[in-house]
Amino acid sequence: MLHEVTIAEAGKRLRTGEVSSSDLLDAALERASRTEAQLHAYLTIDRDGAREAALVADADLEDGIDHGPLHGIPVALKDNMCTRGVETTASSQILAGYIPPYDATVTRKLREAGAVIVGKTNLDEFAMGSSTENSAYGTSYNPWDISRVPGGSSGGSAAAVAVGSAFAALGSDTGGSIRQPASLTGVVGMKPTYGTVSRYGLIAFASSLDQIGPLSRSVEDAAITLEAIWGHDPLDATSYAGDYPKPSAALSNGVSGLKVGVVKELAGDGYEPAVESAVSAMVDGLSDAGATVVKVSLPTFDIALSAYYLIAPAEASANLARFDGIRYGHRGEGATTETLMARTRAEGFGPEVIRRVLLGTYALSAGYYDAFYGQAQKVRSAIQEDFVRAYQDVDVLVSPTSPTVAFEAGARVDDPLAMYLSDICTIPSNLAGHPAISIPIGLDTQNLPIGFQVMAPALGETIMFQVASAVENLADFAERPILEEVAS
Amino acid sequence: MTWESVIGIEVHVELSTESKMFCGCAVDFGVEPNTNVCPVCLGLPGALPVPNRRAIEWIMLIGLALNCEVTERSVFHRKNYFYADLPKGYQISQFDIPVCHDGYLDVTVDAETRRIRIERAHMEEDTGKSTHVGHGGRIHAAESTLLDFNRSGVPLVEIVSRPDIRGAAEARAYAQGLRAVIVELGVSDARLEEGSIRFDANVSIRAVGDEVLGTKVEVKNMNSFRSLERAVDYEIERQIAVVETGGELTQETRHWDEEAGVTQSMRTKEGSSDYRYFTEPDLVPMVMSAPWVDEIKQGLPELPANRRDRYSKAGLDADLAGVLSSSPAEIRAVYETATTAGANHRRAANWMVGEVTAWLRRTGTDPAELPLDGPQLAELVEIVDEGHVSSSAAKEVLEGVLSGEGQPRDVAKARDLIQISDVSALDEIVAGVLADNPEAVDSYAAGEQKVIGFLVGQVMRESQGKADPKLVNQLLREKLS
Amino acid sequence: MGTGGAVSYTPTTMPIDIDIAHVARLARLDLTASELEGYKTQLGVILDHAAQVQSLEGDPQEETFHPLGFVNVFRSDERRPSLDRDEVLSQAPETEDGYFVVPPAMETD
Repeated sequence: MLHEVTIAEAGKRLRTGEVSSSDLLDAALERASRTEAQLHAYLTIDRDGAREAALVADADLEDGIDHGPLHGIPVALKDNMCTRGVETTASSQILAGYIPPYDATVTRKLREAGAVIVGKTNLDEFAMGSSTENSAYGTSYNPWDISRVPGGSSGGSAAAVAVGSAFAALGSDTGGSIRQPASLTGVVGMKPTYGTVSRYGLIAFASSLDQIGPLSRSVEDAAITLEAIWGHDPLDATSYAGDYPKPSAALSNGVSGLKVGVVKELAGDGYEPAVESAVSAMVDGLSDAGATVVKVSLPTFDIALSAYYLIAPAEASANLARFDGIRYGHRGEGATTETLMARTRAEGFGPEVIRRVLLGTYALSAGYYDAFYGQAQKVRSAIQEDFVRAYQDVDVLVSPTSPTVAFEAGARVDDPLAMYLSDICTIPSNLAGHPAISIPIGLDTQNLPIGFQVMAPALGETIMFQVASAVENLADFAERPILEEVAS
Repeated sequence: MTWESVIGIEVHVELSTESKMFCGCAVDFGVEPNTNVCPVCLGLPGALPVPNRRAIEWIMLIGLALNCEVTERSVFHRKNYFYADLPKGYQISQFDIPVCHDGYLDVTVDAETRRIRIERAHMEEDTGKSTHVGHGGRIHAAESTLLDFNRSGVPLVEIVSRPDIRGAAEARAYAQGLRAVIVELGVSDARLEEGSIRFDANVSIRAVGDEVLGTKVEVKNMNSFRSLERAVDYEIERQIAVVETGGELTQETRHWDEEAGVTQSMRTKEGSSDYRYFTEPDLVPMVMSAPWVDEIKQGLPELPANRRDRYSKAGLDADLAGVLSSSPAEIRAVYETATTAGANHRRAANWMVGEVTAWLRRTGTDPAELPLDGPQLAELVEIVDEGHVSSSAAKEVLEGVLSGEGQPRDVAKARDLIQISDVSALDEIVAGVLADNPEAVDSYAAGEQKVIGFLVGQVMRESQGKADPKLVNQLLREKLS
Repeated sequence: MGTGGAVSYTPTTMPIDIDIAHVARLARLDLTASELEGYKTQLGVILDHAAQVQSLEGDPQEETFHPLGFVNVFRSDERRPSLDRDEVLSQAPETEDGYFVVPPAMETD
């Protein structure tokens, strides 16, 4: 069905004239109308804006103007990316009704690439979470089993791509928020090297960890989308100004002669058997395909989670200080500015956000800085050193993306720590700023997707995609979620 | 008990760059509220800072002009606190690795020069402006607050002295001296009344000879150099009075009330602020390499202290050197050109800081519009030195030149101010006067020296005031003896 | 732990004690007493886990964390267009004559 094809395939059909951009948009919108009641992947569908963009895309192609692989392709944006004139909430009450007066750089780049922005997808509030249940506007659900979560925080983007109400989506990944939902919904999701995709216009969670990346139905689509959104941006001081690789050109290079490291620490107790055996089988497959497989130990990975849960909330506590009810967003009552701010924030933020703001404030506060935040930064340095050491011996590192498959909605909401432990495989690459990708490799006996993670050194996207493509071919994962369509 | 005051001064300088510290909004004053704003300086969600290179070069310049070391590798920090005019809920500032550190400024009070050490100069961004509306515009009685973010994000350099300053006069001199350096560098308008330079004083007292520092009180809201001196003076006296009557001083911030002439306690905060500093993750470190620092050093202009020295060596006394050194650049430029052309330094300087400056003030003319150049000044000095005009007549010549009548010699001729210095001509007139005043001649011979004055006057009258009085005096004495 | 299973973690019996009211004040969060109690407990558990960072052996230099390690990123001192004031103020809860309006400010913390 049209809503299920890859970007690469849709692009071909656009250029032969078999379909128009409007057709693609119709397919995505139709699919949305039949699945949103169950999935709630979207917060906003911008029908008018999307229709206009599709018409322009079609007219351009007719005039011989071709903006590249994303030309005319319907995509969705996580609702923590600013879209001028279109409500952007970060799934928080504190930004209810907020209309940004500017586009994020990625939004602008997508527009310039001729993409058709369908709408804004649901997320955990301010990207804090691993299930999308922390959204202030209701959770999203997993197309594979609507009693389960799609993962988070980019759960809406993942669900939309998995079910076909977008051809690709952008998510943001701070501790695994692209890769983990991709893994739980059976799609491809990747986090680029820190600094390669501009964060200008991304509502910040943790500044030194956040990166925007693609979710898509194929590895090739992810490479195509990445190449459309990355690049130096003078509006982001952390943006890389050097040469960028071209991963889309290396996809079929195979794994012969490459060295693959299996991370010892990301296995064992707490990992579902189905996940472990699927990952193990894939590792064997890579070996058969010509890769040399070794076991690698990165001992600091055992305390990566701890470091992350000090660094990320600390940065977040400062990033969220701007939400004070004065210039935009929700405003609470108060006779003085001080009380107004405190009321605004208590009313506008959900419990997980409050938890992390408190945690971060504490970790930075006088008397505690050295033992907590300061120490966490040292652990971060040590993790980076571990990676450097490992990459002296191997080209890529592999692991499960998530210790488990999708869990039931409500299963972890009352146990924050249990929720945090979902990120244990993905967090290290955020701390190091390295690229990582999740590829769906199979289903467990409950028909729930399992994700395989490939990690590479900084700017190692070419080799990472190369291995990911090989994984994709080996997995030959063609299943689609069977969702009973319900007209909304 | 003899007390000494221990004072440190914190200065905030708004840089006059084209654009703000972290975004491209204009640095402009007096425009409509909230018209020079963008996502970055408004703290909109998703915005990111990018530092202004010129601001960094200017803080390096400031530091070098204050004899500081420039840090090789420096970073920005977030200073976290909540306030309505702080849009991000944190200020991008610098905590423990400021761009410049360990410098000094030499300050002279009553002919005594002392070196005041400067601890650091760091880079940060300014906040928005709050206007309190309600009863009298005072913060405590306001009904609401209006916020304008035009100033938010303007580059701010904070310069912190060590507590080396003693006494209110020295505090004022330090502040003025620092401002003179800033103005010389051309990096800020540095106007106290406008807020483009702000001073806070940290004041404590201790017994002379004591090593331990007393309780420190921060004094804010001093909007002129005079009020700075008055405020510091008042605070020192207040602290002495408290301690001498057995009271205890509180570490606090006090607000200078210019009208009442007192410092007043601001609402006490619960404990001191916890700013939770951490390295700014949206920015990368700055490396001020030696070549870069050298490049900036090349751009240092002559600083006021060095200039004063140069003038002193050229023969100007301390006062004259001081006054000329702090005169506007245009005044000094005319002096420089004239003296380079050979004019006497002292006389040229006196003309510029005396008659010329007075003329500017009298006519309300801006120094930039001064209608006098170096060659003209040189000629003016020369015709007096030659005896061509008397020094009093020269004032009229100057007036003529400034009014656009022409070059000094031409003006002297046109206004008939040329002295008669021809000895034979004067001789004749002197002889005539002596002949006409035999009683005066007799008085002089009898010992009354002062009668010379009367005779000089007679000669001046006979010559329509054009005789060179020095020469007349000389001739009369010759003839009378 | 939930039906999804998770990597296991056994908390110690003594979660870290926090002055939660002070932290909430620093963070400008007006929470009720019972909310504060709840967060205090949760934070104690999380911090107990996070304190594992202290088990790190060795003392690596606290470096900058950008993997590509570049320095000296600046922009030239040029003016760029500002936002349209009407668009800006349209998002504000309260404005007057081009200003944002708030109640009188208290002292900073």
